[in-house]
Amino acid sequence: MFDLETILTAIAPEVLLAAAGLLGVTIGAFLGDRFTGLSFKFGALVLFAAAALAGYYWEGGRAFDGLVETSSYANFAKVVSFVSGGIALLMAEGFLRRHETLRYEYALLVIFAALGMGMILSSANFMTLYLGVETLSLSSYVLASFHRDSPRSSEAGLKYFVLGALASGLLLYGMSLVYGFSGSTSYEIVAEAEPTMGLLFGMVLMITGLAFKVSAAPMHVWTPDVYEGSPSPVVAFFATAPKMASMVVFAIVLYTAFPQAMAFENWQVIVGIIAAASMLVGAFGALPQTNLKRLLGYSSIANMGYALVAVAAGVQYGAGSLLIFMTAYVIASLGLFGGVLSMRREGGMVENINELAGLVRRQPGLATALTLLLVSVSGFPLAFGFLGKLAVIQAGVSSGMWPLVIILVLSSVIAMYYYLRIVKIMWFDEQAEDFEPVDGWVTMTVYVSALVSVALLIFVAPFSELAETVAAGLIS
Amino acid sequence: MDFPILSAVTFLPLAGAILILLIKALTGAQIRADGTEDDRVMYAGLLFSVATFIVSIVMFLSFDLNGTGYQLVEEVDWFSGIKYKMGIDGMSLLLILLTTLLTPIALIASIGSIKKRLTEYVVSFLVLETFMIGVFCALDLVVFYVFFEAGLIPMFIIIGVWGGIDRIYASFKFFLYTLLGSLFMLAAVVYMYLTAGTSDVVQLEQYAFDPGAQTWLWLAFFASFAVKLPMWPVHTWLPDAHVQAPTAGSVILAGILLKMGGYGFLRFSLPMFPDASVLFQPFVFTISVIAIVYASLVAWRQTDMKKLIAYSSVAHMGFVTLGIFSFTEIGVQGAVFQMLSHGLISGALFLIVGVVYDRMHTREISAYGGLVHRMPVYATLFMLFTMANVGLPGTSGFVGEILTMVGAFQANTWAAAGAALGVIFSAVYMLTLYRRTVFGEITNPELENIQDVNTKELICLIPLAIGTILLGILPNLIFDITRESSLHALAQVAGG
Repeated sequence: MFDLETILTAIAPEVLLAAAGLLGVTIGAFLGDRFTGLSFKFGALVLFAAAALAGYYWEGGRAFDGLVETSSYANFAKVVSFVSGGIALLMAEGFLRRHETLRYEYALLVIFAALGMGMILSSANFMTLYLGVETLSLSSYVLASFHRDSPRSSEAGLKYFVLGALASGLLLYGMSLVYGFSGSTSYEIVAEAEPTMGLLFGMVLMITGLAFKVSAAPMHVWTPDVYEGSPSPVVAFFATAPKMASMVVFAIVLYTAFPQAMAFENWQVIVGIIAAASMLVGAFGALPQTNLKRLLGYSSIANMGYALVAVAAGVQYGAGSLLIFMTAYVIASLGLFGGVLSMRREGGMVENINELAGLVRRQPGLATALTLLLVSVSGFPLAFGFLGKLAVIQAGVSSGMWPLVIILVLSSVIAMYYYLRIVKIMWFDEQAEDFEPVDGWVTMTVYVSALVSVALLIFVAPFSELAETVAAGLIS
Repeated sequence: MDFPILSAVTFLPLAGAILILLIKALTGAQIRADGTEDDRVMYAGLLFSVATFIVSIVMFLSFDLNGTGYQLVEEVDWFSGIKYKMGIDGMSLLLILLTTLLTPIALIASIGSIKKRLTEYVVSFLVLETFMIGVFCALDLVVFYVFFEAGLIPMFIIIGVWGGIDRIYASFKFFLYTLLGSLFMLAAVVYMYLTAGTSDVVQLEQYAFDPGAQTWLWLAFFASFAVKLPMWPVHTWLPDAHVQAPTAGSVILAGILLKMGGYGFLRFSLPMFPDASVLFQPFVFTISVIAIVYASLVAWRQTDMKKLIAYSSVAHMGFVTLGIFSFTEIGVQGAVFQMLSHGLISGALFLIVGVVYDRMHTREISAYGGLVHRMPVYATLFMLFTMANVGLPGTSGFVGEILTMVGAFQANTWAAAGAALGVIFSAVYMLTLYRRTVFGEITNPELENIQDVNTKELICLIPLAIGTILLGILPNLIFDITRESSLHALAQVAGG
């Protein structure tokens, strides 16, 4: 009954994360503040090791009587999530030290958040899904208000928590309806059940709850406030790892629990509408923003809209595209938030985009890297983001969703305006004061992610093949 | 595999740009207190663009002028069946040569007139050159799209940093207008890739798209090329961009970027969507004639020299579309010829304006007058290019206009008649411009001490003058090279 090998194939990274998280709590209890400096390296190491384990048990497996089931598709998302989470953690240390909020709990919360991500990606049952979502969310609420002395950070945490609790309630209510009408919480059995009106109603509520987690419109209202209020390294984390995991889970749940033709027709329309709304809200909402974090918040809403186009395309056309798009987005976002973390002057961080004025004259390398990252996140040729957008358009076109493709095109042009505005400020405007140097991890992240974004444009073949292979595994 | 000469031509400027940046980073070149930089970076950029020109001559020599189909083809797998595929025919060969010729000229013209942020300036031009050459080499739709779009970024920076007072507005307008058109093309490219199973240009030319789909695909491509060309009524970004751009930026913009639209029609729209092309012929004729007449009239009323030439470009591009959509050999040959000829003439005219702008810092026509008394050589050259722009026999402008009109005449008499009206107007506005700036008495006292063209400016203008006259006298030099590709572009329309 208890077979370690089976368990490991399914959830080895989560076992590691849970064990390491608990170990960290114990060490912290004994060492106290002496553990602080080490905890960030420890956390990052654990996350990278978890990513390596996900890679090692690539094919995945099934355990606990079908409560968890990991596919290579999920493992792909795990690797990206854990690695980006680890990098975001490394970038956090210097920032927290300067703001005198450096505590080892931060690293442990990130580990637990990663555990939540791993759990939802491995879920094959609504119970595990809900537990994972809550593990991820509760860690996130605390992280959002990590600057507990700052009213903005506390406000962000509270807003996130209240709205997040509402979304969890909707999710749970949806699950209970689906359970009531299908007689099971297992994806497999739900997939076989007849799609009655009650089941579909539950499905819609679940979509609502999950849309909140990926910050898709109209469940996006928390995003700009949380992005602006939370400490910058926390936002760097929010914008990358959990986004990747939640979006892929969104797809997996819809693909595996609601594959029936009738359910598919229904959720395709709903997800399509959410996607269109997100793209438009993201594009127009960002236009008047002057706070870089808030602007990136809207940008992430728009990008989630593009990703949802791939989700709506259905498993056959959209699954592979989703992975390519999300990976491109995560890589570019890491670098961009590295840029946000680089904006430090005497007296603290600055967040207004005008502070970047004339950056190219002072730090040409940083300005060029940020320009490339903006180019990538906008989906313009010259960087990997283009192939992400290409993949999404491909998904939209092959499933025949022309209205969505047209909205995607129009909102991309609008979005280009505000990305270009940042480029304009960096390249055209008169010089502002210098930024203070920041620690090596941040600088390295900016440069490496810019470099990777460009390199993957050229050497994308193995990557896209991998994405297509794991997506094909999901279909069968 | 042979030496990848096309990739060499394409990426040599980019390599140069990276090298310049590296050298600058390593030597830590200082910016002087007045914001100027070491001139040597300009000469380094020039060196690379001249080297590119030489390599492109080598490319020309290794091109078999009697051969058929695409030559010097290179193929490397990229991803998911999309290949990095390069190859050229006669038409793209000449457009590449035009690019590699105009870029060094644009850089020479900038010596002395651009003082701030020299490194970025040179790097932008070199990067732009790579993307422009790439557009004409690409034989895969996705690769084409990447080059086509990527060129926007350096041009955006060129207008936005070194442009005039309203440069920010102009650069955004330029970028967003072009992007909107291009993204529709991207969606169409994806559809074609999914339907035909390939994005290879050669294979797509053989693939017969369903006529209904063709209509939409044609429109999507049209959205992109019409903005780029630009056609009326989506031309409004061009006058803004031209007026604000620095002289060298205008030269490249008018000389090469506009040609991408015409090139796109010939390379993609006609061979791949023949039915839709025929269907839309009256539509294209209508807006071409409107463009010719309307832009000419608008040009007549301009007070800014650059704006006048910008509108004249819109009118001349109307001849290109007219020729292309006549679906006759003579019309298409004329259109290709007109593109090359306009590349030389409009580039030269913007340089001509730049010469006096550098001295007087104004482009208002009313600020000039009587230049012939102080600048005889300038007046002569200006005369030559004015006449060429009007389409005087003996210059290249004549050949392009007459052939496109003959082609259009065969297809639609009224369209040709409308275009002929534009020829008359072009004489009106160009001669008015010439009379008001060059002839008459000197009324503006500041003009008393104006200097005639110097050696640097002559180096820029003389090659263009030679080209203009040579092509006017011996147009067969061009026709022999482009005949094959013109017929190729027409094969599907005429045969189907």
